[in-house]
Amino acid sequence: MMYADDGAQPMAPLLEIENLRVTFDGEDGEVTAVNGVTLSVGQGETVALVGESGCGKSMTALSVLRLVPAPLGAIRGGSVRFAGEELLMKTVEQMQEIRGRDIAMIFQEPMTSLNPVFTCGDQIMEAITRHRVVSKREAREQAVEMLRLVGIPMPERRLYEYPHQLSGGMRQRVMIGMALCCAPKLLIADEPTTALDVTIQAQILDLLRTLKRKIGMAILLITHDLGIVAEVAERVVIMYAGEVVEEAPVRSLFKKPAHPYTRGLLGSVPKLDRKEEELKTIPGNVPSLKSMPSGCRFHPRCPNARSLCAKAAPALLEIGEGQRVACWLYGLPSDREGVETL
Amino acid sequence: MNQESDVLLEVRDLKKHYVLSKRTVFGRREVLRAVDGISFSLRRGETLGLVGESGCGKTTTGKCIVRLIEPTSGQISLEGEDVVGASPDRIREIRKQMQIIFQDPYSSLNPRMTVGQIVGEPFAIHGICAGKERRQRVEALIDRVGLTRDSYTRFPHEFSGGQRQRVGIARALALNPKLVVCDEPVSALDVSIQAQVLNLMVQLQKESGLTYLFISHGLSAVKHISRRVGVMYLGKLVELGETEALFSSPLHPYTEALMSAIPRPDPDIVRERVLLEGDATDSNHPPSGCPFHARCRYRMAVCENEEPAWRDLGGGHFAACHLR
Ligand SMILES: Nc1ncnc2c1ncn2[C@@H]1O[C@H](COP(=O)(O)OP(=O)(O)O)[C@@H](O)[C@H]1O
Ligand SMILES: Nc1ncnc2c1ncn2[C@@H]1O[C@H](COP(=O)(O)OP(=O)(O)O)[C@@H](O)[C@H]1O
Ligand code: SF4
Ligand SMILES: [Mg+2]
Ligand SMILES: [Mg+2]
Repeated sequence: MMYADDGAQPMAPLLEIENLRVTFDGEDGEVTAVNGVTLSVGQGETVALVGESGCGKSMTALSVLRLVPAPLGAIRGGSVRFAGEELLMKTVEQMQEIRGRDIAMIFQEPMTSLNPVFTCGDQIMEAITRHRVVSKREAREQAVEMLRLVGIPMPERRLYEYPHQLSGGMRQRVMIGMALCCAPKLLIADEPTTALDVTIQAQILDLLRTLKRKIGMAILLITHDLGIVAEVAERVVIMYAGEVVEEAPVRSLFKKPAHPYTRGLLGSVPKLDRKEEELKTIPGNVPSLKSMPSGCRFHPRCPNARSLCAKAAPALLEIGEGQRVACWLYGLPSDREGVETL
Repeated sequence: MNQESDVLLEVRDLKKHYVLSKRTVFGRREVLRAVDGISFSLRRGETLGLVGESGCGKTTTGKCIVRLIEPTSGQISLEGEDVVGASPDRIREIRKQMQIIFQDPYSSLNPRMTVGQIVGEPFAIHGICAGKERRQRVEALIDRVGLTRDSYTRFPHEFSGGQRQRVGIARALALNPKLVVCDEPVSALDVSIQAQVLNLMVQLQKESGLTYLFISHGLSAVKHISRRVGVMYLGKLVELGETEALFSSPLHPYTEALMSAIPRPDPDIVRERVLLEGDATDSNHPPSGCPFHARCRYRMAVCENEEPAWRDLGGGHFAACHLR
C-alpha cells in the first residue's frame, strides 16, 4: 500500500499496468516478450523497473506510450490506466496529446530522441508549442529557463547549438529538459545513464532527484544497476524473462530480498565495502523467448527449485508490507496435487 | 624474490599523440594527446586495474602495450626486453606472450568461423600444431573456459554475450601468454553473467600465473579483481596504488570524486557526494597545469600553472597533485 505524506490517505496510483502482454512476430512464429506484467506507479513516486537485458523492461515502458514497434510487435492484452483512464482504448490523436504533455520518456541514447538537423533551442521550443499556445518569444524564454533548470551552463548560447556539438552528458540534459518542458505527471526514463561516465551519471541522477522534488512528477526508472535503484527508487519491480517476479519497497528489497532471482542478482554485484574471494553467480543464461522454461521461468537456474517449479507457474503473492513475490517457496498452489511435491 | 625480477612489464613515459586533419587557427594540425606520458609497472601474476572516464586513454594504452598501435614515444619492456624497438622477428615472438581481449567479443569474432576455428586460429597463425593435436588442444581450452565440447562446431551467433566472451578468452589463452590486456571484458554483460566471467578470469589466473591489465570504467568489477589500480584522466595517470588504499583513502581529488560517484546497492548508506561540475574537456587542448584543475574543488593558484609531479607518496601509492 502506498500512503501520501500525512500517512493517512492512500494515494491513487497514477499509472496502473495490469496483466500486460506484448508479442513479437518472429521468423519461427510468435514470441511473448512481456507476459502478464502488473505494476503501478503512485503520484510523485519513483519506481525502479529492474532486470537483465531482454527481460522486457523497454517493451513494458513503450507499451505505456503505445510505442511498441509495429508491425512485428503488438500489445496483445491487459490494461494500462493513467490517472484512471484506459490508454489502450485511446485514439492515435489522443495518444499524441498524452505523450509529452502527461507522460514523457527519455532513452539511453539521447540521439534517438534529438533530431541532429535542428538546434537544441528549436527542438525544445517545438516541444513546448506542441502542447501549449504560447508566443515564439515566450517559448524561447521557457526553453532557456528549462536548459537552466537542467543545469546547462550559458543556456542562451546552447539554444543555437546542434546536438552533436554537445557532450553525452549535456545531450542527456537537453533531452531531459525537452521531456520536462510540459511538466509531465510521469517521466519514464529507460536506462538514462547507462551510456554515461560515472561522474556524469551522478550529476544526472542528482538532477532527476532535484527535478522530482521541484515538479513533483512520478518516475518509472528502468535500470539494470542495483546501485542506482538503492539511490533513487522508493519501490522496486524486478522482472525476469518477461514477467514480474518480485515487487517491494526499496529497503525491503535490499534487506530481505525474497525471490531467488533477486537474491542472485544482489549476490553477483561485486561489493565495494568488503573483499570476496569469489562472486556469487546465477548459473546458466537468460532463456531465449523461443524456448521459455515451463512452470517458473527461473527454475533451471534456481538453487531452490523443486519438482513443482517446473510444472506450474507461481503467481505474485503478498508476503509482507508492500512486498510481493512469485515463487513457490512462499505459497502453495491451490490445487492439492502440488502440495506433496513441494 | 627481489622487486626487480618480479616485474613483468615496465611502461615508461608512454605517449600516443594523434595528428588530426583539423587545423588550428595558425594553420598547424591539431594534436590529440590520447596518452600523454604515463609510467607504471606490472608485477608477475598480479592484476592491475586501469580506470577513468571514456576517452581518457585506457584503450590506447592497452593497444600500445600489445603492439596493436605504435606509440609516439616512451619505453615498454616485457621481462626486461624492449618491446618498442625490437626486430620484427622478436616482435612476433613477443606478441605470443601478450594477448588482448575486448569488450564486444562479437565484433572480434569472425562470424563465419566455428568456435573451434576461432580458438585454434593462433595455432594456425604461428604454425604451432595441426590436425588431431590442434583439435585436442582447442578442446582443452574450450573446457577450461567452461564451454561445452559441442561448442567446437558451432558459430559465434549461437552464443550469448557471456559465452562469446569465454570464446574470446579461450583464444587469448591459446598460446599460453604471460600478459593478458583485458579491455572492458565484462562491461557489456549483465551482472549475473559478469560475475561468472570475473570468477573464470580469477580461476584462470590462479591456474597459470597470468598477469592481467584489467581496463574498465566499471569500478566495482575493478575493485574486485585488481590488486593495484591506476586512475587516468585526460591521457595521464593521476593516481596509482594498492586497491584497498585507493578505494578507502584516495589521494587525488579526481579519484575521490570518482569513488563517491559510484552508486552503492544499499539504501541505508548516507554519504557526502562529491559532485563534479562539467565534464572532461578534449585532451587536444591540454589545459595548463594540472589536467584536472578546471573541475577540482581544492584548486589552488599553482594548480592552474604548474603540472604536479608524479610521485610515490609512500608504500608505492603514487599520485600527481599539488595538495600532497
Ligand atoms: N523489434 C523486435 N523484434 C523482435 N523481438 C524484439 C524486438 N524488440 C525487442 N524484442 C524482444 O523482446 C524482448 C524484450 O525486449 P526489451 O523490452 O527491449 O528488453 P529490455 O529492455 O529488458 O532489455 C527481448 O527478448 C527481445 O528479444
Ligand atoms: N585512431 C585515432 N585517431 C584519433 N584519435 C583517437 C584515435 N583513437 C583514439 N583516439 C582518441 O584518443 C582518446 C583516448 O581514446 P581511448 O584510448 O579509446 O579512451 P578510453 O579507452 O579511455 O575510452 C580519445 O579522445 C579518442 O577519441
Ligand atoms: S593538483 Fe590541484 S587541481 Fe589538480 S587535483 Fe590536486 S588540488 Fe586539484
Ligand atoms: Mg531496454
Ligand atoms: Mg576504451
